[in-house]
Amino acid sequence: MVSSLKFSLRDMFLEGVRPLEKILGYIEVKGEEAVIDASELKHKEVNDLLRYTALNKVKKVEVINVVGQRYIGTRLHIPNPSPRLEIHIKGTPGNDLGAFLDGHRIIVHGNAQDGVGNTMDDGEIVVHGRAGDVVAMSMRGGRIYIRDNVGYRTAIHMKEYVGKIPVLVIGGTAQDFFGEYMAGGRVILLGLSLKEGEKHKAHYIGTGMHGGVIYLRGRVEKYQLGKEVGIVDMEEEDWKFIEEQVRRYCTYFNRDMDKIMEGNFLKLVPVSKRPYGKIYAY
Amino acid sequence: MKTYMLPEFIIERSDERCIRCRVCERQCAQEGHWYDEELDVMFHNEETCIGCQRCVVFCPTRALSVRPHPSTYRPNANWTREKLQDLKKQAETGGVILTGSGNDKPYRIYWDHLVLNASQVTNPSIDPLREPMELRTFLGRKPDGLDLKVSEDYEDVEIRSELYPNVMIETPIVFSAMSYGAISYNAFKSLAMAAKEFGTLFNTGEGGLPKSMREEFGQNTIVQVASGRFGVDPEYLNVSAVMEIKIGQGAKPGIGGHLPGEKVSINISETRMIPEGTDALSPAPQHDIYSIEDLSMLIYALKEATNYEKPVSVKIAAVHNVAAIASGIVRAGADIVAIDGLRGGTGAAPKIIRDNVGIPIELALAAVDRRLREEGIRHKASILVAGGFRNSGDVIKAIALGADAVYIGTPALVAMGCTLCQKCYTGKCAWGICTQDPYLTRRLNPEIASRRLVNLLRGWSHEIKEMLGGMGINAIESLRGNRDHLRGVGLEEWELNVLGVKGAGE
Repeated sequence: MVSSLKFSLRDMFLEGVRPLEKILGYIEVKGEEAVIDASELKHKEVNDLLRYTALNKVKKVEVINVVGQRYIGTRLHIPNPSPRLEIHIKGTPGNDLGAFLDGHRIIVHGNAQDGVGNTMDDGEIVVHGRAGDVVAMSMRGGRIYIRDNVGYRTAIHMKEYVGKIPVLVIGGTAQDFFGEYMAGGRVILLGLSLKEGEKHKAHYIGTGMHGGVIYLRGRVEKYQLGKEVGIVDMEEEDWKFIEEQVRRYCTYFNRDMDKIMEGNFLKLVPVSKRPYGKIYAY
Repeated sequence: MKTYMLPEFIIERSDERCIRCRVCERQCAQEGHWYDEELDVMFHNEETCIGCQRCVVFCPTRALSVRPHPSTYRPNANWTREKLQDLKKQAETGGVILTGSGNDKPYRIYWDHLVLNASQVTNPSIDPLREPMELRTFLGRKPDGLDLKVSEDYEDVEIRSELYPNVMIETPIVFSAMSYGAISYNAFKSLAMAAKEFGTLFNTGEGGLPKSMREEFGQNTIVQVASGRFGVDPEYLNVSAVMEIKIGQGAKPGIGGHLPGEKVSINISETRMIPEGTDALSPAPQHDIYSIEDLSMLIYALKEATNYEKPVSVKIAAVHNVAAIASGIVRAGADIVAIDGLRGGTGAAPKIIRDNVGIPIELALAAVDRRLREEGIRHKASILVAGGFRNSGDVIKAIALGADAVYIGTPALVAMGCTLCQKCYTGKCAWGICTQDPYLTRRLNPEIASRRLVNLLRGWSHEIKEMLGGMGINAIESLRGNRDHLRGVGLEEWELNVLGVKGAGE
């Protein structure tokens, strides 16, 4: 055996992972519904069981006692027959919830940690609580709804292509570098956690932004915006889009829609599709 | 503004030989040649000439020659012509000077100071034409040991140790990351076709893999996941042979990339999933990776996304603490560590960074291999090296220094027609490689270009077999990290120490 005690390598992710047949006791399948008790499961084991349910015609899974397991929903790219799961999470899911998500629906009954919807492709994530840093990084499609606040670097480098436009709705406020390098998509920041007249917290909003739209409800000072971002007038289409999304937000989280729509909305767009086109000598 | 720069090249046309066929006019992507019907004369403009030699190669009567312009400033060892020209260019534009391809400055090339061994008398050399010679290489994590169970009749052997996903390649040479967007579709497809035919891999770079190529070429693809995450979707990850997280590039360590909007055509925008005509900006860091722990998180996110069926590579630029960084990468769970050295190529990079940042791949490779061995984790990851491999001699020396396989970018481009004019960033490649202009890209026929690439791989592989045979070794595996087969010539003590080789004659 090649090993050195002093430097021996510990695999934090896979150490002690049990094979699927040994963890089937943690899952209870009833027809198209299933319940997974995650309290004693490792990251990989939770996803092993989720994949197992998807391959066994389950449509709705409840994962209970979630204690920070990562990547929930990531291993569900199953091309044929492409099942679509609805995953309810009770507890606190770990980082990279729904990373690379391929069209499934995840509802978190609690808070989420960092990296929600990282490079997500399609589907929906609803968080009944707050979320950590780098929410929706490089998101390519689908929708994310966060009831409360989010952390730093939200919506970095979100993208879009023709009809595939990701949507992120945040009920509270966000921290710095919100929408940095944004290349597409629609983000709505409702600011419901702010006091009357209080301005949003984030600085460097939309720094390096070159695509997409940020709708910001409430107050923000010019110095909080990146220099690649401009504020433009709302048009009818914008109102239609906001109304549709806020309606959904209110349905999910049981909020008063009229009160939210009374607020002041700003539309932030990039000044240029090519922010750094002029810095080079050809 | 009147430019004060001297022309870089002089075009000389032999009027006796010129038949006014206007091939040069059509082949030049810089509008450097034109014909005056009234005078029946071909004219040319030296100001625009980049010295790509396209017109020279295609002139049917060999009437043209293009060479460095003879007019010079007063010779000065300190203020060279290149430095003065760059100063003038910046005074006229105020911009960051861009360049293409690899570092062309005279840093020491260690391959040229390492020599190989051969068998004489005391052990027989092997003739690869008549005896089997194994170049087959497996990329990925190897088990800590092999626990075998042999049946009582000795007929069956069962491997009880856990094995990790490995990818088999027929030769220890794979094509470097060059994205569709940086290079043309035809060039990209040529690499894919050649990799498939020869049984090796090509790397998508950070530009996605067109849907039309996924089924046919997926199993010969290293798909890259970089800071811009362009074209990364679950299918892209799942059709690949290997996934690679790109942290850095040898030509531009520490900085990101900008694919200018004018290169983002309809097809490229679809493959990258960004709107047509917008800049494709790759940020300098990956914004979900600020530490080894974060890197580990993305490595396992990729493994999760692909059901733990594929190895994950992490590519970094060779920088000062490369050995410690590589150790961290292996500990983070990577199956392959890819290192790109000081001379690594690029489609576009600020010249000041390309020419001044990073360390030579030879030293980086030796340091990483030694460090991983000392820590007892060398078998946990394969080492892939890139950056300035010019021939099969460089490749075999890299393997003796500890590499599992070698990435080649520039040699592949040169095989397809590239002449290293270093103007890749202008998007006007007359050879149809580094351009998206349909008039130019049509010049590169994937059937022919892939043939040239396969020929290159075949030639190099055969040369490697010859050299191995000469050393009395019949499998590339036996040479890996075998520094006894290397000796240094003209190197300082510290260089020999870092490389871990003896001086010639020792």
